[in-house]
Amino acid sequence: MSKDNNLHSEKRYYTILAITVIIVIVLICQLFNLQIIQHEYKYSADSNAFFKKTLYPARGTISDRKDRLLVYNQPTYDIVYIPREVEPFDTLDFCHILGLTRDQLEKKISDVKDRRLNPGYSSYTLQTLMTQLTVREYGLFQEKLYKFPGFYIQNRALRQYNFVNAAQVLGYVAEVNKTALAEDPYYVRGDYAGKSGIETSYENILRGQKGVEILLRDAHGRIKGKYENGKHDVNPVSGKNLKLAIDIELQAYGEYLMQNKIGSIVMIEPSTGEILCLVTSPTYDPAILLGREFGNNYKSLEQNPSKPLFNRATQGTYPPGSTFKTTQGLIFLEEGIITPETAYSCAGGYPPGGGRPRCHGHGSPLSLVPAIATSCNSYFCYGLNAMLSNRKKYANIREAFDIWKDYLVSMGFGYKLGVDLPSEKRGLIPNSQFYTKAFKTEKWYAQNVISIAIGQGEILATPLQVANLGATIANRGFFYTPHVVRQIQDMPLDKTYTDRRYTGVKEAYYNTIAQGMANAVTGGTCYGINLLPEIAVAGKTGTAENPHGRDHSWFMGFAPVDKPQVAISVLVENAGFGARFAVPIARLMVQKYLKGEIPASEKYLEDNMANAIILPNVLNSWEQRRNDIATQTTTEGETIIEE
Amino acid sequence: MLKKEDDHITGSVDWFIIVLYFLLIIGGWLSIYGASYDYDHVTSLFDFSGRAGMQLVWMGISIIVGFVLLKLDNNLYDILAYFIYAFFIVLLIVTIIIAPDIKGSRSWLVITDSIRLQPAEFTKFAVGLAIARFMNSYNFKLLTIKNLLILAIMIILPMILIMMQKETGSALVFTAFILVLYREGLPGMVLFSGVCAVVLFILGLKYSDIDMGALTMGECISILFIIVVTAILTINFRKDYRTASYILLGAAIYGGICYVISLFDIYVNWGIISITAISAVVIYLLITAAREWSKTYLFLALFAIGSIGYVSSVNYVFTDVLQSHQQIRIKVSLGMEDDLMGAGYNVNQSKIAIGSGGALGKGFLNGTQTKLKYVPEQDTDFIFCTVGEEQGFVGSVLVLLGLSALIIRVFFLAERQKNTFGRVYGYGVGCIFLFHLTINVGMVIGLLPVIGIPLPFFSYGGSSLLAFTILLFIFLRLDMARKRR
Repeated sequence: MSKDNNLHSEKRYYTILAITVIIVIVLICQLFNLQIIQHEYKYSADSNAFFKKTLYPARGTISDRKDRLLVYNQPTYDIVYIPREVEPFDTLDFCHILGLTRDQLEKKISDVKDRRLNPGYSSYTLQTLMTQLTVREYGLFQEKLYKFPGFYIQNRALRQYNFVNAAQVLGYVAEVNKTALAEDPYYVRGDYAGKSGIETSYENILRGQKGVEILLRDAHGRIKGKYENGKHDVNPVSGKNLKLAIDIELQAYGEYLMQNKIGSIVMIEPSTGEILCLVTSPTYDPAILLGREFGNNYKSLEQNPSKPLFNRATQGTYPPGSTFKTTQGLIFLEEGIITPETAYSCAGGYPPGGGRPRCHGHGSPLSLVPAIATSCNSYFCYGLNAMLSNRKKYANIREAFDIWKDYLVSMGFGYKLGVDLPSEKRGLIPNSQFYTKAFKTEKWYAQNVISIAIGQGEILATPLQVANLGATIANRGFFYTPHVVRQIQDMPLDKTYTDRRYTGVKEAYYNTIAQGMANAVTGGTCYGINLLPEIAVAGKTGTAENPHGRDHSWFMGFAPVDKPQVAISVLVENAGFGARFAVPIARLMVQKYLKGEIPASEKYLEDNMANAIILPNVLNSWEQRRNDIATQTTTEGETIIEE
Repeated sequence: MLKKEDDHITGSVDWFIIVLYFLLIIGGWLSIYGASYDYDHVTSLFDFSGRAGMQLVWMGISIIVGFVLLKLDNNLYDILAYFIYAFFIVLLIVTIIIAPDIKGSRSWLVITDSIRLQPAEFTKFAVGLAIARFMNSYNFKLLTIKNLLILAIMIILPMILIMMQKETGSALVFTAFILVLYREGLPGMVLFSGVCAVVLFILGLKYSDIDMGALTMGECISILFIIVVTAILTINFRKDYRTASYILLGAAIYGGICYVISLFDIYVNWGIISITAISAVVIYLLITAAREWSKTYLFLALFAIGSIGYVSSVNYVFTDVLQSHQQIRIKVSLGMEDDLMGAGYNVNQSKIAIGSGGALGKGFLNGTQTKLKYVPEQDTDFIFCTVGEEQGFVGSVLVLLGLSALIIRVFFLAERQKNTFGRVYGYGVGCIFLFHLTINVGMVIGLLPVIGIPLPFFSYGGSSLLAFTILLFIFLRLDMARKRR
């Protein structure tokens, strides 16, 4: 051995060195793998140590034009959890605290994990299990939070309302659905967003910007303070507050007058396009679409055949009836078909002698101003016929018709006005193609379409468009796109709402029409709104033919005649002639706005209007059934049936 | 007089190791400060109530002890070697009896509340000295049964005592001395057999879940491995390329035919094929042994048979000899189980901490994983995580290179010792450092099962720092004597 010793030792020395070097190389390779090649460890480390707490901004508040606070926030609590951190827990206790059944809990958890419902699911981030805890639940859960590792309570704000009015204008806020989650990465499951009204149309302004607080969390889940003293935190930016053009008192009064009736009142300030009130009836208390009863209440509203969720002022389309005659006068004047002095004789209808449309008794022949004042059907039928049949001015009826249509479009009909509320309807103003298609020939005649001259036939308009017509006449030829939001905090209004839109009809012709409307009040169809000597009102009644029942009652007008401060449209469904309901309601509304109160002498009128019940039979029977069920169940005690 | 003595040390001590030593303990000290840093309770580097402060105290003590060791007469170590060994054996026995149970371990001698010593740590240099002294005897021959037996007892006795203190990791450190014996003449075959045993153990276990007819997939692969090794050994011992190529070619053709058959959707029992293959190899070797009348072929045949016996006992050893927590640790390191909340938690968290450090690290005191206590034992056994997370790949590699440079320098100096005592002791020092480095870092980065032993100069702990210092400085003293002569 000893003779071999020196011989072998050199070799063994190098073997040992080689072993050392190989070991170190293997270790370095693994370090290279962990630290340079693989990236998942960085992510794991962050999700280990960083607890990213979302800081929810306060949603913007909403107040009315007189700074009365309408919508604000109140704190509420959500249960959130990080799936990866959840350890087996006492589900019985958990369900007991939160008033859930085991199945409901399992459903909630499986919903969170369902990527179709919750595209942003990750087991490393906070997921919302349950929203809007009651104060009692919050207290109980907070106390036992230590028993449920991985679960946390997150503060959030819930909407709160000071008034029961303007529900459809304000809209409501609810949990975002999966389409919104997929479309806008800003939202995570459990977030809230506006679902209708200005909560939707101003969502991006009201919601603000979420912030994030990066907290350090140790191995036991204890929070050890902020990461780098909050250097990487993002503060939430509060949503901007909105100030509405709506006068909530006026709105409430309108809703009061419209109770037990179906219809709409829209009032616009002509000089700005601001919507002073946007009443739609029936309505509901916005506060019922809050909290955990949202689901039941929403369902009940949705099933109600009178459609309280439907904003009739912007989404309901009706034939505008005689209120439309004003537009015809303007077009005929501007096109030179008539002059203010042109007179047509009326013999009880068009064509003369009891033809259709029929006309009621009044002096004859009439020029334009008295024709408006007395709402002569024949006059406007003659006018439209004269225009469409004029082969000197227009090559054919189609050209004439499309010119006619263009005027109406410029007056805000036929297309969405662009109000700052979602789902506005455009109404219907046909063009020549429409009739060519309908009659299957290009050869159709004025007589075929004549009823559109008096706002019947194919013509459809929303109450907002009709109120806007009033504002346009009040302005003598232009309007501002109507809007419900008057001011956004620290932000100018969209240019759409501050630019004038001219109709292309001369001011002088508007004066003629305004004169006719003023005469209608002083000595014509809407004498019922005569407020002289205090206020000179201009107005036009209308009766929209309704194939399904009694006609709808219209009023469109503005006041005062010379320096208009308000334009108004009132629609009461199934109320018959315009003069019966629409005019008195407008009378009360105009006084309420311009005088601030209703004189004692007109209290009877107020009561009459408010107490009148005009509901179609289908609704009556439905209400009856609902009441029956309600009384039955209350007498029995326990169960309450939710519709 | 003093000046002369100083010159005496400065002139002959190995400055390379001294400088590395200081760099490493300072690096360790800063890492401990980083690892024990608490957001709620920030202590200064020099605050003696904190761990970094305590480590500083131990560093001072270690340096003084190291200096004293350099001043002592070098012959003293040779003379006292057996006394020191005996002293620590007795101390280990005493420790078993009087040590309190601290986290399941009975290895601590409590001197005061804040000062506790772990005799097992110091036993390493005592064993190193003792075997060096033993092998330094006049006309010593390693390869006699008596001497091998005595050496085995010298090494295994403290291992048993330390195992009785429930410190399996510290006990395993003593297997590092096999490398020393190899340097001193233990046949390479022993070392090679050890490596083969580990490989076969891993192969047998890792694929033990997959059934392949008569055997498990692990056993089939093990047999293939044995055939290849047998062929390589044939070349190594006899330069017999013909027999080796017959073995390899025969096995390859046999396996290849079976594989082709299996492609035709015919069931092939790989277990039986493996058994017949290895049997054929053994028979072939025995025939060759008879024909050539050579003991080597007989030995090779016996090696193959022994290996098969070992392979068939792997599963038994694993399930019946090892304790369940040890089984899980091994399975985790072999990637057979994740068990992220249980045994795999430590390793997973330490890999996360190191992996998140990236190339350049998060910077001193900026590590989140270690600061927030995700990594257990982060200032002792898992201290390397702090380095990995805060200093990144560059820092980790520097630490590895620093420690390996120290080890290689120790081997280099040991090889140049003029007497056996210095050489054997030096190799002992190098092997112990190498073992600690391999097992500790291998564990922290998930290559090896969790075995709790400290990383030299980095892990917090007075005993380990002082023990490593003594281990190293005794060798420096011996090396100084070499230079002066």
